Parts: sequence; C-alpha cells; structure tokens
Amino acid sequence: MNNNNHRRTILACIDGSTYRESVTDYASWVAQKLSAPLKLLHNIEHRETPPLMDLSGSIGLGSREELLEELTSMEERRSKILLEQGKLMLQSAHQRAISMGSSTPETLQRHGSLEETLVEMEEEIRVLVVGVRGEEHEHQEKQLGAHLESLIRAMHRPVLVVNRPFEQPPQRIMIAYDGNEASRKALDMVSLSPLYRGLTCHIVHVSDSADIPSAQLEEAAATLQDAGLDVVSTSLHGNVQPQLEQYCRENNIELIVMGAFGQSRIRELLFGSVTQRMLINSKIPLLLLR
Amino acid sequence: MLFHSTRQQWLGNIRADLLAGIVVALALIPEAIAFSIIAGVDPKVGLYASFCIAVIISIVGGRPGMISAATGAMALLMVTLVKEHGLEYLLAATLLTGVLQIAAGYLKLGNLMSFVSRSVVTGFVNALAILIFMAQLPELTNVTWHVYAMTAAGLGIIYLFPLLPVIGKAIPSPLICIVVLTGVALLIGLDIRTVGDMGQLPDTLPIFLWPEVPLNLDTLMIVLPYSVSLAVVGLLESMMTATIVDDLTDTPSDKNRECKGQGIANIGAGLLGGMAGCAMIGQSVINIKSGGRGRLSTLTAGALLIIMVVFLGPWLSLIPMAALVAVMIMVSIGTFSWQSITDLKKHPISTNIVMMATVVVVVATHNLAYGVLVGVLLASLFFANKVSHFMYVTSTLDDQANTRTYRVVGQVFFNSADKFNACFDFREALDKVIIDLSRAHFWDISAVSALDKVVIKFRRDGADVQLIGLNDATSTIVDRFGVFDKPEEIDKVLGGH
Repeated sequence: MNNNNHRRTILACIDGSTYRESVTDYASWVAQKLSAPLKLLHNIEHRETPPLMDLSGSIGLGSREELLEELTSMEERRSKILLEQGKLMLQSAHQRAISMGSSTPETLQRHGSLEETLVEMEEEIRVLVVGVRGEEHEHQEKQLGAHLESLIRAMHRPVLVVNRPFEQPPQRIMIAYDGNEASRKALDMVSLSPLYRGLTCHIVHVSDSADIPSAQLEEAAATLQDAGLDVVSTSLHGNVQPQLEQYCRENNIELIVMGAFGQSRIRELLFGSVTQRMLINSKIPLLLLR
Repeated sequence: MLFHSTRQQWLGNIRADLLAGIVVALALIPEAIAFSIIAGVDPKVGLYASFCIAVIISIVGGRPGMISAATGAMALLMVTLVKEHGLEYLLAATLLTGVLQIAAGYLKLGNLMSFVSRSVVTGFVNALAILIFMAQLPELTNVTWHVYAMTAAGLGIIYLFPLLPVIGKAIPSPLICIVVLTGVALLIGLDIRTVGDMGQLPDTLPIFLWPEVPLNLDTLMIVLPYSVSLAVVGLLESMMTATIVDDLTDTPSDKNRECKGQGIANIGAGLLGGMAGCAMIGQSVINIKSGGRGRLSTLTAGALLIIMVVFLGPWLSLIPMAALVAVMIMVSIGTFSWQSITDLKKHPISTNIVMMATVVVVVATHNLAYGVLVGVLLASLFFANKVSHFMYVTSTLDDQANTRTYRVVGQVFFNSADKFNACFDFREALDKVIIDLSRAHFWDISAVSALDKVVIKFRRDGADVQLIGLNDATSTIVDRFGVFDKPEEIDKVLGGH
C-alpha cells in the first residue's frame, strides 16, 4: 500500500445506538494492528421534520421575520441538545478507546448528512468503522441502517460493519472468494495489509453450479500464504449467503472479508445483492473492501 | 447519493407536506384568479397556469418547498400584450419565456444573483407588495359601501381567526374568509361583483393546445420584448424567493436548476393554456409556516388546486370579489418587509437610497426588472465610491537633494483617479520626484493614465521622475483572473496591505 496510508486514519462513526461501544472497540483494534491514528466521529444530522405547524395560512406584517426567528430558536435548542449528547458520547468513546490501548484517539463533530461528511473526509480515511444499524432502526432486526448501503456505495475505502460486541481480537477470518474482479482485488488488499498478519484465513468459494477451477482457488491461497497467513481453502455448493453463514458457524469465524457490491446493478436488481444479504443476515462483523 | 437525497426531498416530510400543500392550494385559488384579472384574461388562464407551474416545478425545480404559480409580478407585464394582441399571443410569449429561462439556466445566469445586494432584494419585495396592493384598487373604487364592509370583514376574519385556540391554527383563515363572505353575500342577496363576472372559469382539466399565432418574424417581434421582461422578472423573483426559503429552512438550493425548472414550467403552462408565472414569496412563506419543506408540498398544492377548481367551479363563480381583495391585501401585507421600515434608521443612507430607488422605479414602471437594474447600478456606484476612499498619498522631502518621495497607498481606479491626481503638488519646484507604488493597487486603465499624467506633468516642470514598485502595482490590472482563484496569488497581488 502506498505511503499516504500512514497519515490516514481509522474513522469510527459514533452515534446513539448500542453499537457505538463495539464500533469503538473494533476501530481501536484495527488502528493498533495498522498502527494508524484513530478518529472518533459524531455526525449531527439535521432532520427536515419541521418543528412548527401553523395551518392558519395567513401572513401579516413581519411574518417572515417572525417565522425566521421562531424556526431559528427552535432549531437552536434542538441542535444544542444534540451537540451536548454527541460530546458525551464522544467522551465515553474516547475513554473506551484509551482503555483498549489506543494512545491518542482524536474526536470530531460535524454537521450535515453522514454520507456528505464521509465523502468529504474520504481522503484521510483508511478504514471506516460503522455499526450495522443506527439509533433509528436499532431494534429492527433484518433491516439495515438508513445510511449503510448508500454509504458503502459512496465510499472507496474499506468499511468495517460492526454487528456484535467485541470479545477478543479476531483470530480466524473468512474471505468470500468468487473469482470476480471485486473479490480478486479484495484478495490483493488482504495480502498486502498488515491487518491480517498472523491470522488464520479461510478462503471460501461458493457456487450454485460449476466449480471454479481449483487451480484458481489454490493460486489465491498461495498469494495469502506468501503474505504470511495461515490459509485454509474450501469450495462449497449451494446458495451463497446461507452456505457462508453455515461455514462461519462451523469454523468459528470471527470476521468476514469480502469485496462489496461487485455485481452489476442490473444483476442486483434482478437477483438482489449478495453483499446486502450478507449485511442483513450475518452475525459476524463484515469488512467490505471496495 | 443522488437517489437518496431525491427521495429525501420527496418523502422526507410526507404528513406535513400534504397538510401544507392543502393550505397553499386553498390560498393559490384566489391568487390565481386575482392575477388573471390583473393580466386581463379569464380566471381559467391563471388557474391552469398555477396548476401546471406548481406541478412541473415540484419535479424539476431546484428549491424544494418553494411554491411557484401564476404571479402578480408577471401578470403586470402582460397587460398591454393581452390588450393589444389577445390571449394567443400571451401563450406564445409564455412559451418563449420558458425557452429564454432554460437558456439562462444553461448559461448559469443564476450566479449573477450575487450582484443583487440585500437592499435591492428588500426593495424588490416591498415594491412587489405595493404592486399587489395597488392592483386591488380598481375593485375598491366606484363601488358601494357594501364592498368596503365586506373587505374589512374579510381582513378581520383572516387576522383574528388564527387567534382562536386550537381551530385557529388548524383551519386556514383565508378559506374561512372566503366561505363566510360568499355565504353572507348569497344570504343577503348582495348585488356585488363576483368572480363569475370576471370571466370564464375552468370546467375541465386543461388540454394541450399550440398557441394559434402565425409563426413568423412579426409574431416574434411582438412577443419577444414581453418574453424578455417576463423571463428576467420571473427569474429574479424565483431566485429571491429561493434565497428567502434557503434562509428560513437553513438548507441549500440549486439556483441554476431552478432557472431551468422555471423555464420548463412556463413552457408547460404555455402549452396547456396558462399564463407565465414564477415563484411566489407570500405563498412560499405560507408553505414553510404550515410545515411544508419537500417537493411533495408543491405537488400537492398544484394537484389539489385543479381538482378543487374543476369540481367546485360553479361555487367559485359565486365568490364575491371583496373576499378575493381581502386575501390579496393579506398577501401584500405579508410580502412587505416590515423590518425594512424599522431598519431605515439603522442602515447607512446609501443602502436606504438603493432600497427606495428600487421601490420607486418599480412602482413607476410596473416592471420589477427596471427596479432591480436601477438598484444594482446604484449599489455598484455606491460601492465604487466607498472603495475610492481607501486611497491616500503621503510624501517626504529630502532638502539636500531637493527630492520629494510620494508613497501611494490603496485602491486606484476610475473613481479614485482624480483624487489620486489631486494628491500631488505640481507647483513645488523639485529636481527629482520619487513615486513609491509598492503599496498601491491599480485596477484599471483610468488609474494607469492618471499615473501617466502625473509623471508627464512632473517632467514638464523639469523634475526627474522615478517610479518604485511599479511591477507590484500594475500586476493588479492584469486581467488574468485565473490567478485570483488561489489565495496565495491574491496575497501576492494585494500584499501591500
């Protein structure tokens, strides 16, 4: 990887959901593995829901000025509360990151939509860590956070999607490999990054019909072996997502690595996206490589 | 990303947008009728226009939550065209207006709005309010006392009804005003003018029709001047309204998309038998006040308007004009910037002059474009005058060498060139003159020729002239504006300060 990477940060998105602690934990783990700086971000979304509903439909002298004054003071109050809440969250995340062993985590608060904020910051991001659901959809299983998919599509950086509490540093990871462009790129990135050094890596290929040539899978395994990983490679038959799920359970996998949204949009429209299904159903954190 | 925000603009605020859309639709009907009457066409022309423009702009506009429809500012510009050439030519002019506005959108003329200062905007808004009020006067002259009583009662209902607890803020008071006044007029059997007397109301949905005008140069020459005025005023009011909505909602808008959107909306209106329109300040404020924020509010307003008009047509014709006048007076009062009156004392005199001049020119010409033009020109002149104060010349005399050194500091341009000349004492008998220009900025050719004059004059008087720092000073008149995009280049050029 290039030298720019040393200045790039691991960015953890903190919000009011229960995932914020595990997001902090995983981000600290990644930051330490990559010896990259850790940054904790709290983003304040300004919701468009109007706080004021006066249906009288009449306007008189000075209505415009009054209306502006009224809207401003209402939003001011709401924003102040959000700012304060965000600061508290960042503070506790900061402490947690330090207790996890991060030396100098930075904290940051921004206004605006999360996608916009992240796209603006993309240059300085090395890995983005987010919870699978935000505070709005926290308790709705089988549903993704409001931003998650558009965010992953908008970013050109690895995104670690956190969906369970951090217990211990992952030892066994699985790479979902289907031989296409996105997954080959993902493989290259894994072989080059210090994040995966010393881990056991399962390369799993699932197909519903024909096998990919075993030579291809072996080649992939060799690449990773050369990079210093313990490699197990497997070929499975059946539906991609359930097969991968099952494999993870049976082999105690702790992190899934995969290329994200590698198929064409048309295929996705017809058959749905594997990435999306994995995001919804996986019980294990996913590292999506773009 | 794009998809996400489009969805947010449509569906981010469904309940409030629908409610606000209903409130706006109810207020749009009397306005559309009133503006048709100003333009001298049947009420259906304004109603069709309001429907088309609101629906189209909700999809293609650049400012979600803004209401566009048939407007007074535009109606005032059409009066003579309708009187002399008739409705078909108005429709042709509307089409051409749309084409011009789309062109303006592609040329990114929306960016020119940065030249329109705050005081010009205030002047525009106040002038618009005055014009809307004045347009009501024909309904209030040579009429019986009943009309005055009805109008006063209408205004009373509009402003007092919202004070009632609970229902006051749940039912639009202009609607109550119209319903009550219509009811009263019918009950007593008052013989006063009604909407039905003013022309044809729509009985069907609008249908597609190409304006029946000869497609030749003569037609173009008749229509073009009106279209240009309409396009300019329409864009000005739309841009200003967009700014007002931006401020109120604290969200950005795409001004150039709005320009194109206004153009498409006007073409749509022209093809469906409607008159040209633009964004409406009063209605947009009502929409925001009612909770409308998204595109859905504008769409609801437009769609509901045509549904109500088509189904309630027979009832609409019974509305007394006095009720309409009351609603329009409310709109003009609400559009007027009350703060600008109290600010007169606080603001500098030049700002006040710009604002007042804009108002006076508009009221005199009934054309908002002229007012804005005068306002912008005045504001620029005042600005140039202010900047010209930022120039002074100091000098020191070296007795032994009989040499005087002039140091020029500040902005030298057409307006300060004379002042620059006056700073030199040509009567002093000197052997040598040194002019230090390293902290001066020469902005144009007038400044350079002023410097030439000074040098020549000194030389004629027998003094040697030496210029110092000429390179720094003249680099400011280089018209390569590319360098001004970079802060460090600007620092280099303006480093003297």
